Amino acid sequence: MKRLLLWLPLGAFVVFFGILALGLYAPDDRTHPSKLIGKPMPTFNLPPAASGRPGLTSADLRGQPRLVNVFASWCVPCATEAPVLGMIAQQGVIVDGIAIRDRPQDLAGFLTRHGNPFRAIGDDPASQVQIALGSSGVPETFVVDGAGMIRYQHIGPIGPGDVDTILAKLGAAR
Amino acid sequence: MKPKQQRLFLGLAAVAAIVGSGFLAMSAIGEKASFFYSPADIAKDGVPQGQAIRLGGMVTGGSIKKAADGVTIDFLVHDGPAKVPVRFRGIPPDLFKENSGVVAEGRFEGATFVASNLLAKHDERYMPPQMDGKQHKTTTLAAQ
Amino acid sequence: MIAEAGLAALWLAAALALLQFALACLGLNDERTQLRHGVRAVAVVQGLFVALAFALLVICFLRSDMSVQLVVTNSHSAKPWLYKLAGTWGNHEGSMLLWVTILGAAGGLVALLERRVVERTLTATLGAQALISFGFYAFLLFASNPFARAFPVPEDGQGLNPLLQDPGLAFHPPTLYIGYVGMSVAFSFAVGALVTRDVGRDFARAMRPWVLGAWIFLTLGITAGSYWAYYELGWGGWWFWDPVENASLMPWLAATALLHSVTVLATRDGLRAWTIMLAVVAFSMSMIGTFLVRSGILTSVHAFAVDPERGSFILALLALYIGGALALFAIRISTVKEGTQFDLVSREGALVANNLLLSAILGIVFVGTLYPLFAEAVSGDKLSVGPPYFNATAGPLTLALVIVMALGPVSRWRRDELRAVVGRVAIPVLLSAAALLAMVVFAPRIHILSFLGIVLAVGVGAASLAPLWGRNLRRTPMITYGMVLAHFGVAVSLAGMATESAFIKETLVASQMGETHTVGPYKITLKSIEPVAGPNWTALEAELVAQRGDNTPFTLRPQSRMFSNPPTETNEAAIATRLDGQLYLVLGKPDGQGRWQLRLWWKPMVTLIWLGGALIALGGLLSLIGRSLRERGQSLRKAYG
Repeated sequence: MKRLLLWLPLGAFVVFFGILALGLYAPDDRTHPSKLIGKPMPTFNLPPAASGRPGLTSADLRGQPRLVNVFASWCVPCATEAPVLGMIAQQGVIVDGIAIRDRPQDLAGFLTRHGNPFRAIGDDPASQVQIALGSSGVPETFVVDGAGMIRYQHIGPIGPGDVDTILAKLGAAR
Repeated sequence: MKPKQQRLFLGLAAVAAIVGSGFLAMSAIGEKASFFYSPADIAKDGVPQGQAIRLGGMVTGGSIKKAADGVTIDFLVHDGPAKVPVRFRGIPPDLFKENSGVVAEGRFEGATFVASNLLAKHDERYMPPQMDGKQHKTTTLAAQ
Repeated sequence: MIAEAGLAALWLAAALALLQFALACLGLNDERTQLRHGVRAVAVVQGLFVALAFALLVICFLRSDMSVQLVVTNSHSAKPWLYKLAGTWGNHEGSMLLWVTILGAAGGLVALLERRVVERTLTATLGAQALISFGFYAFLLFASNPFARAFPVPEDGQGLNPLLQDPGLAFHPPTLYIGYVGMSVAFSFAVGALVTRDVGRDFARAMRPWVLGAWIFLTLGITAGSYWAYYELGWGGWWFWDPVENASLMPWLAATALLHSVTVLATRDGLRAWTIMLAVVAFSMSMIGTFLVRSGILTSVHAFAVDPERGSFILALLALYIGGALALFAIRISTVKEGTQFDLVSREGALVANNLLLSAILGIVFVGTLYPLFAEAVSGDKLSVGPPYFNATAGPLTLALVIVMALGPVSRWRRDELRAVVGRVAIPVLLSAAALLAMVVFAPRIHILSFLGIVLAVGVGAASLAPLWGRNLRRTPMITYGMVLAHFGVAVSLAGMATESAFIKETLVASQMGETHTVGPYKITLKSIEPVAGPNWTALEAELVAQRGDNTPFTLRPQSRMFSNPPTETNEAAIATRLDGQLYLVLGKPDGQGRWQLRLWWKPMVTLIWLGGALIALGGLLSLIGRSLRERGQSLRKAYG
C-alpha cells in the first residue's frame, strides 16, 4: 500500500505527460487547408494596390498556370518569402499578388525593400477575397491552372526548400 | 501519536487533499466550463438555455445594428446557412467587423445570445477559417 | 565575429556542463576531495561562460548587428536602447538563452557559496544542476540557435510588436525567469539529497535561501504582470485566469508551500519526504509553465508562436527531469530516516494545513488550466474554463488558507492548546466580528466571496501583526518582521481584491461633447476628442474632466491608438490614482452620430492588490537578509567563540 503511494506521483505525471504529448501532436487546427482545392477560383475584381502593376480579377487567371500569393507588407514572414518568390518569377513563372489589409505607401515601401516579383497586385483591404479563397492567414500561395482551377495551396512562407514542390505542382497544372 | 501513525496520517491527509481538490475541480468544471458552439451546432442541438458558452462564427454582412443608446449592438453570427442573433453591450474589439470571425462569450436568453465579451485575436496569422458547419462543436476559430 | 564568439562560448559551456556531470558521478563515490572540488570549479567556470554568451548576444542587440537573424526579426536600429536590450529576451531563442544563463549562474553561485551541506550531497546537487543545464544547452544549440546568421544581410530589422514596447514588460520576463530557475536549485538539492539519502536540517538550511529568493522574484513577477495587464490591455481587470497567468501562479503556489515546509524541516526536522516532493513539484511547475507558454499548445491572450519541434524538445526534457526525479523519489524516499514528531495543534500542524490547502489550490488551478487540452484530446470537445470555475473553487480554499495563516504564527512549535491559540487572536476575531456586523448593516447584498473576503481581511490583517505584540520591537529579529510583513501583505491584497469586486462601479455610455456622466463618487465630462501622433502610432485622444464633489477638477486623457506595423489598435486607458481607489477611463469608438463610447470605472481600493503583492515580496526580502545576517553571526561566533 505504502509502496504504491510512493509511485503515485510518477503515475500521475505519466498520465499528464501523455495528455501533453497528445495535445502537441494532435493535428494543428490553426492552419486551415482551403475547401476550394480542386475547384475553380471564386469570382472577384480587385483594384490595383501598387503603382505600375495592374489590379487582379478572376478573369485574369486564364491561359497559363500561375501562382497567386496572398501577402501583406505588415507581415514578417512575407518579407522572408519575397526573395524566394523573386527567384521563382525569374524562372518565367507568373506570380500574381493579393495584398491584404494594406496601405498603398506601406506596400510601395515593401516592394522597394524586398523586390517585386508580381505581374499584378490586387488590393483587398477588408480581406474579402482572402476569406472567399479559404485562406486563413498570410502568406499563403495558391497554384492555379490555365482553366482557373485551384490545384494546390501552400500555407506559410515559401522557403528555398519548398521551391521544387511548387514548381512540380505548376508543371502538373499545365 | 506514534511515528508510524503520524506518517500514515500525513500521507492520508495529503492524498485526501489532492483527491478532494481533484473531485471539487472536476465537479465544478462540469458546471462551469464553457463549451464552444457554432451556429450550426445550435441549429442541430437546440439552444442551451442559461449555460455559459462560447459562440464562434462569422459576423453576417450588413447585420450589425446599433441601438439608440450608442453602446448596444445587435448582429447575426453565421456559419454556412445557420444563423444566431447576438446582442452585445460594450466596446467591441478592433478586429470586430462584418464578414469577419468572432467568438462571443455569454449565454442564451430566449433565442438571442447575450454576449458579455467579444473576442478577436491580435495576431498577424489570424483570420477566421472557412466555416463548413460539418464539424460538431470543434469548428476551429482560434479562440483567444 | 561577436556572434561566433557567443556561439563558441555556448558550446564550451555545454561541454563544461557535461564534464561537471561526469565529474560529479565519479566524485560521488570517491572519498578523495580533489574530484569534488573540481566539480565546484567547473560549475563556476560553466556559469561564467554561459554569462559571456548572453552578454555577447546583448552586445549584438545593442549594436543592432543585422547579420544576426535574431536581431533582424526582433529589433530595429531606430529603437530606444531600452527596447534593444529588452529585445534580447523578447523572443524565443533569447529568452531560452536567458533561462540557461540564470541556470548556469545559479549553479555557479551554489558551487561558490554553499558551505552548509555535506560535500557529497553538494556534489550530487551540482551533478543534477549540470544535467538540467546540459538539456537546455542541447535545446539551444540544436533547436533554437540564438546566434544564427542572417543571409543575405538586410539593411534593417523588422521591429518589435508595439504591444511589447513597454518598460514594464522589458523587465517582467527576466523577473519571472529568475524565479522559475531559482526553483531549479531547490530541485537539484532535492535530487542530491535523495541520491545521498541525507535529508536533514543542514540540507533544509542550504535550500531555504534559494527557495526564498526564487519565491521573492516569482511574487514580484506575478504582481508586476498583473499590473501590466491591468493598465496596458484596457480591459480593467487585474487577473484573467489566463493559461499564461496560471503558468506563473502554479510555481508560486508550490514555492509558497515549499517555503513553509522547508521551515518545518530546518527548525524541527519534520516533513522530510513532503519537502523533497514539493521541491520536485515546484520546479516541475516552472518547467511546465515554460513548456505551456513556449509550445503554444494552450491558446491564450498572450500569443506565442507554435512550434511542434521545439515543443517536443522541451517535452522530452520535462519527461527526463520530472519523471527521473519522481522515480528517484519513489525508490529512495522510504530509505530516508524519519524526522521528528509533533502534535496536531502546533505550529507544525498549522504549516501542514497551509501546505495541504496550497496543494489543493495548486491542484485546482492545474486541472482548470489543462482540462481544455484534456477534453479536446479525449472527446474532441472545445471548451474553455474561465473565472467562474476558478473563483468558485480556489476562492473558498484561499479564505480557509488565510485563516490558517492567521493562526500559524501565534501557535507554538511541537505542542499547543487550541484554546490558548484562539485566545492569542481574540482581538482580531473581535475586529472581524465588528467588520461582519458593519457589512451586514451597510452592504448586505454583495457576493458571498467578497463579503467573507473583506471580513477576513480585517481580522487576518490584525492577526498577522500578533507575533509583534508584547515584544521589544527593537530586539525583534528581522526574520519575524519579514514574516509579519509578508502575512500582512496577503491581508492587504485580499482586502483590495474583495473590496474592488464588491464595490466596483461601471458606467458605459455613448457621450456627446460636453455631456457629464457619473461613476462612483466622480462626475466625468467629455470636453473634446483630438488626433495625436507618436513615433510609430497615431491616436485619438479624449479630454475628460473629472470632479469629485466640490474638489478641484482634473483632466484625464485616454487614447485609442493605431499602430501601423503590423496594423493594430490598442486602448490606452487613463488612470487616476487616489488614496481610496482608481478612476479608470477607456475611450471607445464613435457611434457615427457625433457620440463617442466611453467606459468609466471607479475601482475602490484596487491599488491595495499590488501594494499587498509588493509587501509580500518585501517581507520575503527582509526574511532573506535577516537569515543571512544571523548565519554570518553564528559562523563568526563559531570561529572566534
